Order: sequence, then structure tokens, then C-alpha cells
Amino acid sequence: MAEKLTQEQVSQLEKYAQSIRYSIVQMVTEAQSGHPGGSLSAADILTTLYFAEMNVNPNDPQAAARDRFVLSKGHAAPVLYATLAEKGFFPKEELLTLRRIDSRLQGHPSMKNLPGIDMSTGSLGQGLSAAAGLALAARLDNNASRVYTVLGDGELEEGMVWEAAMFAAHYKLDNLTAFVDFNGLQIDGPISEVLSPLPIPEKWAAFNWHVIKIDGHDIQAIYDAIQTAKTIKGKPTMIVAQTIKGKGVCQMENIADWHGKAPSREQCELFLSQLNELETQ
Amino acid sequence: MGLATREAYGEILKELGEKYENIVVLDADLSKSTKTAVFAKAFPQRFFNVGIAEQNLMGVGAGLAAGGKIPFVSTFAMFAAGRAFEQIRNSICYPKLNVKIAATHAGLTVGEDGASHQAIEDISLMRSIPNMTVIVPADAEETRKAITFAAEYDGPVYIRLGRMAVPDLFTADYTFEHGKAVQLADGKDVTIIATGIMVGAAKEAAKQLQDAGISARVVNIHTIKPIDKEAIIKAAADTGAIVTCEEHSIIGGLGSAVAEVLVENSPVPMERVGVCDTFGESGIPSALLKKYHLTAEDIAAAAKKVISRKK
Repeated sequence: MAEKLTQEQVSQLEKYAQSIRYSIVQMVTEAQSGHPGGSLSAADILTTLYFAEMNVNPNDPQAAARDRFVLSKGHAAPVLYATLAEKGFFPKEELLTLRRIDSRLQGHPSMKNLPGIDMSTGSLGQGLSAAAGLALAARLDNNASRVYTVLGDGELEEGMVWEAAMFAAHYKLDNLTAFVDFNGLQIDGPISEVLSPLPIPEKWAAFNWHVIKIDGHDIQAIYDAIQTAKTIKGKPTMIVAQTIKGKGVCQMENIADWHGKAPSREQCELFLSQLNELETQ
Repeated sequence: MGLATREAYGEILKELGEKYENIVVLDADLSKSTKTAVFAKAFPQRFFNVGIAEQNLMGVGAGLAAGGKIPFVSTFAMFAAGRAFEQIRNSICYPKLNVKIAATHAGLTVGEDGASHQAIEDISLMRSIPNMTVIVPADAEETRKAITFAAEYDGPVYIRLGRMAVPDLFTADYTFEHGKAVQLADGKDVTIIATGIMVGAAKEAAKQLQDAGISARVVNIHTIKPIDKEAIIKAAADTGAIVTCEEHSIIGGLGSAVAEVLVENSPVPMERVGVCDTFGESGIPSALLKKYHLTAEDIAAAAKKVISRKK
């Protein structure tokens, strides 16, 4: 078992996560368009990946040996952009160009537009297949790089996800680690009411994946799960991360309406002050 | 009779596999029919069967290309261009990933399997996607050259291949030029522009027309996108009438692509030989071609008609 993060490391990662959340609220407000709820729910996962695990270098974004990340739930682009900016792939000021004409920050991630994006996504269901292809390419090249992807829980309703699930397990892609951002909500309401993909962990286990269930806002737990996944041989790993949609902004938390709605400028000020308070606590 | 274009694909893919280590091949449980099984036998470690899952076929292909590989992905044209259209659009063409989609069993000449398996819309679908190149080889040799081009070109390519054996039109010294039409016969009264398996029929039609005292130019357009505008404009200027022939719907395919060039540059009377907005049915290929008016006789009749429309 890999070493635990120190309390100091966890605190530092939590600060990054809060800063990323701050950027998400800011950029979606500035754009008056975008998907804050599912971006906020995935912030701790992306923070842990990019700041505690993944081998990526903002000064060499195409390095062959880098780890790859595919945001299968591409509508959560704000969390990816905020994370990449925090990591230094491009200036933070550019976040405020989200969804504007001529911006590199497209509504959904475009790998040809922005450094640090390993796969273009946005149409749900397609990212896991691409991640599996990347993992297979790495294996063929004896490249030790690992591939990470984050799916939405509503996204599991896409049939293609299960084609990819079979494929990754059949070809024993143990260099592939996926997360489900299990926040329980999709555009039209709770996933259990719209079209239930439940039970989620059992489904992945039945598809021959190694499954780990965690609290998706517990940085230490996220880190531990990633370390465990690296030790699992012959199977891809699915980390089912229980999360809260809109996490960090109490008016947004667990409200499906915040899936794809931008805060007003007044709301934004309130939300940002909340995030500031959290950071100073 | 020569080989089916899918047979030539299987052979050349194996040869290219020897030359290019980065080529990997994916198939969706049809490797014996698409002929990727030839590659699979030679390079089992670089062949991946994805099972009956065409959406994932395209998605994994995209990921492999993003990881630096040159994936050739194969299934029937119906399931490639049809079922997995949106994966091709969003995961392959939007990021301009280096995936080669070699789709076999295109058109009516799938034969006995019937309408559910007869893709007559794939050229239309594929050429509408930005960044996509669309190639329809006419015989075995052109297939070998087109597949070699695809392997060496950086970007998405859709190659449309057929099930049935077709006559050899080209010899080993044939040069495939991307986006360049190939003139097979010159003429002054009309130009017959054909693609894929209809190229042979177009040549035959020109002979029939010659017997009737009509001089027909025959042009093979293997690359539907990007299309050879110059050759089309020249044909219009030189012969004043055009007939297009394709084993595909007259909506959106070669006929439409040629018409687009003509109306914007040099409008002349034009007739389209193709599947007239209808589904196919079961039958042997020759019977289907006859019933759906895709024979040399149909092309010759269209040529006479278009000449009569000249002012």
C-alpha cells in the first residue's frame, strides 16, 4: 500500500480544490452559460489527479510518457479548464473567455484548441472508449503512462459506455482507471427517477472491473483509491465516487437545476464569498 | 473477373502491417467478411476484435489514434457510417484523429442480406463531416493504392469497399492521386463520371454509346471528398453534359457532389444514375443492379437523355 498523504498535503490539495471551485463559479458566471453543478462535484477528483498523482507537465503538454486524462462527462469542462489553469497550462485570466467566440475554452473540451486536453469530448458516452484506446496504445508501446477518465452517473445511461466497459475488461486494461462522479442528479432530475443506472458498483463488478467505492470529496480517500487501482493487475478499475452536485456552494448543492445554469452576477458574489469562507476555515 | 475490393483490402493491409509497426486493426465481429482476418492472422498482437459494438469500435479507434497509432477500423458500411455516425463525427473527425474507416459491404450488392444491410447513404453521411476524406475505389488495384494512401495520410479517411468481385480496371503501375479524377476514355458529347463498382459499368456504357455514334468521356472519381473540381468543370466545358453513376442514393453522394460543383461553376445538363430514394431488397447482386437501374444500359440511356437536353 502506498503511503498516505500527510495532513499538510491534504490541506494543500483542499486549497487547490477550493481555488478551482472559485474559478468554476467565476467563469460560468462570466460566460452566463455552462455547467456548474457537475463541475463542482468533480473538483476534488480532478484536484487529486492533477496535483497528487498524474505525471503531466504544463511546459511539455504533449510529452509521450505523460499520463492521460479524458473528461468523458465533457459538459463539466469548467472543472477541467480551472484545474489546467491552476496547474499552469494557460493563464487563469483566460478562464473568463469560456464559451466566447474565438476562445480556446470551447463549451466542451477540444483537444485541438487547448494544451492539456488529451481527448475531445462532450457527446456523452464516448470518453470511456477513447480512454480505453489510449490505454491500449500505451500498452502496445510499453509506455508506463496511465489513463484516467471521469464519467457522469447519468452518462451511464448511454449504451456505448457498456460496450467500452466490456472492451476494457476483456483486454485487461489495468492501466485504465475510471471514476463515476456519482452525484445522483441529471438534467431532468434524480438519476433514479429519470432512468435508473443503479446499482452502479455492482454493474461494473459484473462487467469484470475492479470496483472501489469512496466519498468523492475526501481527498485522502480519492488518493488511496488511485493508489489501489495502480496495484490491480489484469482489470481496469472503476472508482465510484459518491459526490454532491454543486459541492461547495450550499445554494447549489443537490439541486438538479444547477446542472446547466449560470448564476446571476449577484448570486455569484454570494457564492464566491462562501467559497472564500470555506478556504479560510 | 478480378477480386472484390474488400479482398484487396485484406491483402494490402497485411503488407502495410509489415511496413508500418504503428498500424493496428479493429473489427466488430466481421473480420472474416471484411477481410481484416488476414491481418489478424499475421499480426495477432495488433488486431483487436471489439465484438458487435460499433460505437465503441470508433471510440477505441479514436483513442488509439490519440495515442499515436494508425488504426484501421472495419465493419460493414451500414454499421460504420450509419450506426456509429456520431462517434465518427465527434470522436474522430472533430479532433481530426488519424483513424481509417474501411467499410465493406457497401451498396446494394451486399445482395441477399437485403435492405437492412445495404448502405446507400454512407457517402452522403461521411462527406458531410468536416475533416473527413471519402474514397471509393473501383477495383482491387485502386483499393491497394487507396489503402496505402490512407495509411500514409494524416487524418480521418472513410474508404468504401464492396462485397462482390469486380473486374480489374487498373494494372500494377496505376498511380493513385488523392483528390484527382482519373480519365479512362475521352469523348466530346457527354462525360460519364462514375465511382466504385459503377466505373466498370460506365466504361461499358461508353462502348455501347460509341456503337450508337456518341462519343463519351469516362471519368473515375475515386475521391469523393475532396472532389476534383477542375476535372468536373473541364468535363462540363468540353462535353457540355454530365452523367454521374454510383451504387448509392442519388441524394447526397457522388451525383450531389458533382452537381454542387457544376451549379457553382459551369451549369450544364446533368443526369444522376443511382438508387432513386428507395430501399433495396434481397437478391443476387446482378439482379439488384438490373432492378434498381444501375447497369451499363441505364447509364447509356441517361447519357442519351442528357445529350437531348443540351441546348
